[in-house]
Amino acid sequence: MVNRETEPIFWTLFSAGGVVAALFLPVQLFIFALAVPFGWMHAPAYESLRALVHSPITRIYLFVLCSLPLFHFAHRFRYTLYDGLQIKHLNEVVFAGCYGIAVLGTLAAAYLLWVV
Amino acid sequence: MSSSGQASTPAQASGGATSPAYTEFHPRWYRPQVSTYWWLGKWAYVKFILRELSSVAVAWTVAIILLQMFALIRGQQAYLRFEHVMRAPWMIGLNVIAFAFLLLHSITWFNLAPKAMVVRVRGRRLPAPLISGPQYLAWIVISAIVVAIIVSRG
Repeated sequence: MVNRETEPIFWTLFSAGGVVAALFLPVQLFIFALAVPFGWMHAPAYESLRALVHSPITRIYLFVLCSLPLFHFAHRFRYTLYDGLQIKHLNEVVFAGCYGIAVLGTLAAAYLLWVV
Repeated sequence: MSSSGQASTPAQASGGATSPAYTEFHPRWYRPQVSTYWWLGKWAYVKFILRELSSVAVAWTVAIILLQMFALIRGQQAYLRFEHVMRAPWMIGLNVIAFAFLLLHSITWFNLAPKAMVVRVRGRRLPAPLISGPQYLAWIVISAIVVAIIVSRG
């Protein structure tokens, strides 16, 4: 799967996902996983949030926010397992597992944003 | 990051014989065994592994977003349950750790950019703060906009 021809594609996805993750993910997790649960921010009203997610721009935003960072994860975690644990004999399994998560997550995001 | 080779030694290929495998054509490579915990010895290596492990926090955050969208689609009751789970102590604990790793990812990513790309203006290399600076600025502006949008929905 990974060779001299395909590696640049995976690396580009890793890089683009890294940018999206660095710029957009911290605030997302901060609001919904820290600020709202701790009461620093009011929880957005259900209907209002649903209407927000329904708008085409938000859907595209959320799709990019979910898909690219997952491919960033797949590439980086794959090499962490290769280098950190030295499990070269399991390369194919690690590859299938990491990119399997990325593809499934992307499909799930596409489906959820389609039906929302 | 290192490259991934597919090479295996003859001994590995034959299932690890008790006597050293003899090959007619070349000697067996000397490959010292490296401990699985090789990265614990030096702070720079620990930082490297922590930075790489930030990718798990990235995947975790996406999983939270997907769960939130799923709950949002299923209805108001499901969304209340999602909010309830997000208040559970174990969930808050995990998310504090995940958030710390996300910050580590952002900071290391922005600081790496000047090393990854060399920008030259009039033949002179642009200093690192002029490349990473705008990214920090963009980060702050984007975060403020997202917070403002969610607050306006409160």
